[in-house]
Amino acid sequence: MTEVLKLQNLSKAFPVGKRLFGAPKGTVHAVQPLDLSVQQGETLGIVGESGCGKSTLARMLVGLIPPTTGSIEIDGKPLDNADPAVFGRRIQYVFQDPISSLNPRKTIRQVMEAPLKRLHGMDKAQRDRRISEIFDSVNLREEFMERYPHEFSGGQAQRIGIARALAAEAKILILDEPVSALDVSVQAQVLNLLADLKAKLGLTYLFISHDLAVVEAVSDRVAVLYFGSVVEVGKAEDIFRAPRHPYTRLLAESAPVVGRPLAAPEGRETELPDPLNPPQGCAFRARCPFAQGDCAAAPPPLAPPEGHRVACYHPLN
Amino acid sequence: MKKFFQLLLRNRLAAAGGVAICFVVILALITPLLPLQAPNVTNTANRFQPVFAEGHLLGTDHLGRDMLSRLLWGTRLSLAVGFSAAIFAAFFGAAIGIVAGYFGGRTDNVIMRGVDMLMAFPYILLALAIVAALGPGLVNALIAVAAVNVPFFARNIRGVTVGIAHKEFVDAARLAGLSDTRIILTEILPNVVPVIVIAMSTTIGWMILETAGLSFLGLGSQPPQADLGSMLGEARSALITNPHTSVVPGVMILIIVMGINLLGDGVRDALDPRLRSGALTRPMAATVVQRKGAVPAPHAGGVLTMTDLETQFHVGPRIYKAVNKVSLNVAPGECLGVIGESGSGKSVTALSVMGLVASPPGVIVGGSIRYKDEELIGARYTTLRRFRGDRVAYIFQDPLATLHPLYKVGDQLVEAIRVHHPVSRAEAWKRAVELLKQVRIPNAENRASTYPHEMSGGMRQRVGIAMALANDPDVIIADEPTTALDVTVQAQILSLLDDLRRERGLAIVFITHDFGVVGQLCDRVAVMYAGRIVEEGPTDAVLAAPAHPYTRRLIACVPELGEGRRRLEAIPGLPPAVDRLEPGCAFAARCTKKEAACVTREIELARAGPRAVRCLYPETDLSREAAE
Repeated sequence: MTEVLKLQNLSKAFPVGKRLFGAPKGTVHAVQPLDLSVQQGETLGIVGESGCGKSTLARMLVGLIPPTTGSIEIDGKPLDNADPAVFGRRIQYVFQDPISSLNPRKTIRQVMEAPLKRLHGMDKAQRDRRISEIFDSVNLREEFMERYPHEFSGGQAQRIGIARALAAEAKILILDEPVSALDVSVQAQVLNLLADLKAKLGLTYLFISHDLAVVEAVSDRVAVLYFGSVVEVGKAEDIFRAPRHPYTRLLAESAPVVGRPLAAPEGRETELPDPLNPPQGCAFRARCPFAQGDCAAAPPPLAPPEGHRVACYHPLN
Repeated sequence: MKKFFQLLLRNRLAAAGGVAICFVVILALITPLLPLQAPNVTNTANRFQPVFAEGHLLGTDHLGRDMLSRLLWGTRLSLAVGFSAAIFAAFFGAAIGIVAGYFGGRTDNVIMRGVDMLMAFPYILLALAIVAALGPGLVNALIAVAAVNVPFFARNIRGVTVGIAHKEFVDAARLAGLSDTRIILTEILPNVVPVIVIAMSTTIGWMILETAGLSFLGLGSQPPQADLGSMLGEARSALITNPHTSVVPGVMILIIVMGINLLGDGVRDALDPRLRSGALTRPMAATVVQRKGAVPAPHAGGVLTMTDLETQFHVGPRIYKAVNKVSLNVAPGECLGVIGESGSGKSVTALSVMGLVASPPGVIVGGSIRYKDEELIGARYTTLRRFRGDRVAYIFQDPLATLHPLYKVGDQLVEAIRVHHPVSRAEAWKRAVELLKQVRIPNAENRASTYPHEMSGGMRQRVGIAMALANDPDVIIADEPTTALDVTVQAQILSLLDDLRRERGLAIVFITHDFGVVGQLCDRVAVMYAGRIVEEGPTDAVLAAPAHPYTRRLIACVPELGEGRRRLEAIPGLPPAVDRLEPGCAFAARCTKKEAACVTREIELARAGPRAVRCLYPETDLSREAAE
């Protein structure tokens, strides 16, 4: 097993209330400094609720937004996001909304040709051959090639999105909520396709979703994000069955499961902390039934360094 | 393109404007070929000849020059200057707007503040200043008019570009290795062109007028060269004695500007995607009812009973059978789940109850919906309105879209109460605060005075529920109320709804695509596919032993938490389009148990005890199950 993706001390802060001159009025720490690594051929699931920073993290990884601190290493080499033509070949992204990620005024062939031309400098004959290869592998018919995006259903459009990411021949794919815009019957088709492609092409996935059951079904390991920080990382089969962080347990108990009686697992009026005015210490403290005095002192570190890691002073057993 | 011309020609005024402007343009183009007199040859002996004078169809001017010839040559010049000014303004304005909108941040700030400063000057003053600096002359007037109009284009195009630059396909292009220049040229520009065309079509007339204005002041075309503005200017002194010298160029300007503006408005209406979708035709207050055949007798009791409901969308020649003979009923204190994928007709079913399906294109063509003993299909609008929100209330998926952004949530609740009950404002406000407490909004007194955008998604949906409860209804129809929410918030909202129905005996129709939610909240469930109910029964029984193959496979393809990593059961293919339904079972094409009999005739919903299934070869034998 080799480490293909390594994040060290990676964080992102957005200035709020920008002015033409002078300092902004405040900053929102969308992603707190975090360390994560992904092994070759692994699927790392990232779950969290809206506003937890999972999309910001994903967009940093593909260079769409520059990180505030920290570094991203791919295959041991730092990711340089100065030249899109270089990092596009190393890491690619599949978007959440399949239709809006395709330019409405370009045919599917034009969409597919862009990465082949710009990233790999292929000539026309090579491109045509490669496109039919890729289309074949994502079960799309070649007659789709001359059509425009609005003519496709969500599932087909998402397969085109995956095909475009594959065209770059990157070994790492960031999948940002790739199935949440799809119907359940189509969702399963796309998830299975992703699993097949991974096995066939030896890909590594970072699978981001708010749907715990989907993440559990496709991932080897899962990282749980809360308020911009990783609060727990562990094997997919363990993390929701035997959560160690109180927040992970809350998530697992909130997910609707057939046969489990309905009960709100926590007080009914809790809300996320204010990002402009973050709480001291552990961000989950206010919602946590196990919070004690020491939780307010400093944010708990993610420990131990290997295996099932949890950022909590009083983890569950 | 063909559609564009069809839309354009449907607009009579635009077509008339188009004909007028085409005529003028053709006339201007063929002017050099016409047997006209020289426009600039003076003949003072022949000055101020009236219209229809011999040899001078439109008379002569103060120097005895032929008016017809000067008019056509002048029109030619004015059109050329107007069009070129529009093209220059559009080109530079669009370039500035795209650069500012695409790069954003400080670039945008600096450029747009500069543009704002240009716009702060009165346009004619600015044009005069430019011409004063460059000196009079037609080319300089053209530059001035173009420069004055650049800010208009820049602002318009920048606004559109900002929207496009944040679309995901632009990010995707960047990841495909495209440089900024290429992204602007191949991704942004094609999406901005329609806006540029719209802006141009509505401003060309204006620019021709401005050029004429400068020429009128003697700053544009110089004598003896004629354009429409300078002709007017020269005729000014003879306005009273020889009005035809000013009327002739004046009428031409009127025709040109009117023609271009009418055509431009037509082009805008035909190109603008917001207007094309039919948004111009406002939906009616209640769904149109065109019921053929008799009102069916209600198939069951309950506070709300739908029997053989048929709702269709009539779009051009196509008929989409969105809801195809659906029968449902719900009793007080009961929660009925309606489950299905997008396009299965579950939302249209819900909206049909209170006649909220947008018409056009929605039409209710058959069936019966009864609230207690009152028939709702075909009921008078006043009756429907009395029931809406009072007896039958809705909760929608996106509370941000259903709450008015400019009113405080308390005021919106007050309005909902006072529409149906003649109470004072203070009393209604007290009730509103009480409602917010009932949906467990912390600090309800203060929260009532906040605006929707100041609340989190979960809090907003609570307000949505409070609004539905405002008049103590008997039935609540909840259309995917938790789909947009996080799981922890979803759990809170679901348990709130569950408490409410137990405390108040509310009947809830809960529309969702999530079996987990149905399993936890609903007593009974109806599964919809392609506009029909394919299975119905008590939730536990249906989930434990689904009878329809679609239900079984739909349950199988949803991963459930706690089962670990696995391969999911997918259903290959797509649901059928509801405007081209084949006879028989709509699921047959995707079903593994399909037989010839499945697609030869309509399949009835077979009832057995509390359960029902629309399948010839069900997974579970319901009649045997019912007997046991």
